[in-house]
Amino acid sequence: MTHHHPHENENLSTGNDNTYSRRLFMQQGMVFLSMATTVPTFLQKSAHGIMLPVGSLVSSQAGVPDDRVTVVIQLAGGNDGLNTVVPYGSRDYYNHRSQLAIGAPGSSRSNAGSALSIPGADGIGLHPNLTGLRELIDNGQAAIMQGIGYPNPNRSHFTSTDIWHTGNRSAQGYGWLGKYFDNTCAGKPNPKGSIAIGPKAPLALHGKTQKAVNFETEELFKWAGKDSDDSLATTYDDINRRDSMQGVSKNSQLDFLVRTSLDAQVSSDKIRKAVQVQPLVKYPDGKLAQQLQMIAAMIRAELPTRVYYASLGGFDTHANQLNSHANLMRQVGDSLNAFQKDISTQGNGGKVLTMMFSEFGRRVAQNGSVGTDHGTAAPMFLIGDMVKPGLLGTHPSLTKLDEGDLIYNTDFRQVYATVLNDWMGADDKAILGKSYTKADVLK
Amino acid sequence: MQSSTLKKLDKSKFDEWKAQHLLNRAGFGGTERQISLLTKMGLDKAVEYIVEYARVKDPSPVRAEDFDNDIMRPRTKSEGQMIKKARQDGDEATLETLRQERQRRQRADRKQISEMEEWWLKRLIETPRPLEEKLTLFWHGHFATGYRTIENSFHMYQQNAFFRTNAMGNFKEDLVRGIVHDPAMIQYLNNHQNRKEAPNENLARELMELFTLGEGNGYTEDDIKEGARTLTGYTFEDDAFAFRTRQHDEGVKTIFGRRGQFDGDDFVDLIFTRPSVSTFVIWKLYRFFINDLPHGPTPDATKYVGQLASVFKRSNWKIKNVMKAMLLSEHFYDEENVRSIIKSPIQLIVQAMRTVNPPDRKKLLRTLSLASNLMGQKLFAPPSVKGWDGGRAWISTSTMFMRQNTLLFLLTGQKPDGYAWNADASKYDAISLLGGRTKSPKQAVRYLLTNVLCNPNIQKEREDALLDYLKTQHNVLDNRTVTGLLTLITAMPEYQLS
Repeated sequence: MTHHHPHENENLSTGNDNTYSRRLFMQQGMVFLSMATTVPTFLQKSAHGIMLPVGSLVSSQAGVPDDRVTVVIQLAGGNDGLNTVVPYGSRDYYNHRSQLAIGAPGSSRSNAGSALSIPGADGIGLHPNLTGLRELIDNGQAAIMQGIGYPNPNRSHFTSTDIWHTGNRSAQGYGWLGKYFDNTCAGKPNPKGSIAIGPKAPLALHGKTQKAVNFETEELFKWAGKDSDDSLATTYDDINRRDSMQGVSKNSQLDFLVRTSLDAQVSSDKIRKAVQVQPLVKYPDGKLAQQLQMIAAMIRAELPTRVYYASLGGFDTHANQLNSHANLMRQVGDSLNAFQKDISTQGNGGKVLTMMFSEFGRRVAQNGSVGTDHGTAAPMFLIGDMVKPGLLGTHPSLTKLDEGDLIYNTDFRQVYATVLNDWMGADDKAILGKSYTKADVLK
Repeated sequence: MQSSTLKKLDKSKFDEWKAQHLLNRAGFGGTERQISLLTKMGLDKAVEYIVEYARVKDPSPVRAEDFDNDIMRPRTKSEGQMIKKARQDGDEATLETLRQERQRRQRADRKQISEMEEWWLKRLIETPRPLEEKLTLFWHGHFATGYRTIENSFHMYQQNAFFRTNAMGNFKEDLVRGIVHDPAMIQYLNNHQNRKEAPNENLARELMELFTLGEGNGYTEDDIKEGARTLTGYTFEDDAFAFRTRQHDEGVKTIFGRRGQFDGDDFVDLIFTRPSVSTFVIWKLYRFFINDLPHGPTPDATKYVGQLASVFKRSNWKIKNVMKAMLLSEHFYDEENVRSIIKSPIQLIVQAMRTVNPPDRKKLLRTLSLASNLMGQKLFAPPSVKGWDGGRAWISTSTMFMRQNTLLFLLTGQKPDGYAWNADASKYDAISLLGGRTKSPKQAVRYLLTNVLCNPNIQKEREDALLDYLKTQHNVLDNRTVTGLLTLITAMPEYQLS
């Protein structure tokens, strides 16, 4: 090839004929890609304007918009549901938790504070630090579902987490959201998929073909070698930003790796660019707020990612839980509040549904260390303009217990089925392996 | 031209590249010197040296005494009575003490499993018998058992020692028979809950589906049900296998159309009469040692596996015969099979440690265990009883960066978790990797491509890119620029291939 490209000098190129296509990818890099096998094809097709409409890849149901986003938040460790959504109208609550029970709204008798009332709810309130969540309820943007669980509950963090992530009581198999992506694309991976904030992609996002992108902070989603020696940058980019190499046959192992490398670079550029933008609202401090701020920024940048995953740890409150749990509640309420305001200010209020859960609730009775041990049923939260706001369902009985634990009244897979079918437009039965009665939580 | 038969490689063709391939695949790579030693031995001696590893002295033999077997011991009788009494009396204080004691033990056990993870990683890096550890890792993935479920580190240790002892043993008599007597596996697949009156099918199912025959290969759902009955009463007590006659179903079972009062050991014998038993594990070995076949079996591979399976069957299930025939075969060294496997995270880490010889950094083993986990492979914690999927499943955009940054950590001390304050500035003596001889930039680049990337035939554009980098550094070869070259080479997509 003897032509001289006038713009070669401004580029990372070593002057081979990939220059043009590489430039095209970087300029037009309009698609965020998490799955490498199909990357260049998709990119090339989109560059030539012959890509299928996005909706046909994402939704299996007619009429479901293709720009909907689902955000999942896990409160890891087993959140104390009874001190989150507080049954202050129950005498049993105070009998079981002499040092931990939160008082009725306005009362001053408990050193655990007094609950916030929930409009329209009787005898049930919120943890005093959940003011941010209470405001979302007032704005008609938050739903609380009570008594969520599953049959024959498992009290191991790992197993119960796996049960929630797979949607399978055996805790085996692929993740429910991974299966969603496997399913919506008729066996072909959705190359946009999901992003998890954290050191490792959670099981929920693993499908047979679907692999999630994950990173703890955007600064870790890149090669760090340039930080230690910036003279390496040009050569690194030259090596890792090629869509193909001469003499390497298509879809060979090396071809696959070359394309994944390019995909990683393009994704990294887009994500890092997206999250460097100043947010529209002020976020509080703390790890959850940090994660949600990044997610809001990526949504605002219109990455085609459909599922985001965040998590906050510290909920395994076996001892002296009053302060630690109160701090967590403050973080949760305020972070959700800031995130939702950000989303609304962006004009994305109708596009983003947030779902928050924990792998289990905690024992009804406090233990000997002024904490609580692993329990069973607990509330779940859905946030967004599309939810039926307020307190939904019924609170599990505090009188009729199963060996000291709450008995669930709604299977979490009913909520999954609702989100999958009514929100994401997917075949919930194919994904969950069974048809569940929908939970009445979306408008 | 691909060779699809077990035909032995022509001795005269066993050169440095073949020796390097042998060491990469039957172990975790090696230095220029090790490769040259193997080359000098010639094909037969080299393969014999690797396969007959028991003749090589193990400088740090595995010793059960190195680990505490008491942390998760079962409750004593008197402890059991104490709990019962406290529950009856509503004695909360005693129950609380016992609860705290249990939590303390669980914490101690998690600490021990994490130490074991480092201990095994160290063995993988240091062993003079690479094939022993490589096969131990293979069996760990094949008979996968996860600590998270069983929460007993000593049982995981025992299983690991069992795999190592029998790594090259008899697949039927040592490995499969052994695994149905292994406390960790019994607990992992719930066979301790498999009783005459309430059978649990988990072990019986996986024994056929994942360990011997392959899914749906020559057994029915009824065979699983009946197989589960044979395994009733196969449980463990403390750290040892126990057979409980009272829980064992003595009745007549029908398996594969044969009737008898079979027990679990008879069940193993019956499984080995099925035709697919010979090919199933050979395919797994093929994907682990020869080619991970991202597009599924090829006709050549199928033919080769068929021939290797007959060797396996004729030898009465001896793994050693299979490994010898495999490592001597022309097919194993075929160009199509060289650099055709995506390195597992453990392979990536251990091979790097064994080839580039980085300095012993602060918390090296802990950091590498963590990195391996983040790349998708945590020792003693495969994701499910299916083990690790391997191949392209290792690779995502996230693990790609993690892989590059883990190598960067070995070479520069920069932590892969990004905490710069945590970096270890110990200088890497990169220049000594060049073997002390003065080299031109071109020679140096060729040398590193040969010995670190194991790919001297790489595209010219890659070589040019590295030479261009050196040019920007005024062609100076010192610790900084050679480290630079190495960080670039290990960040190449090619580096992910073995």
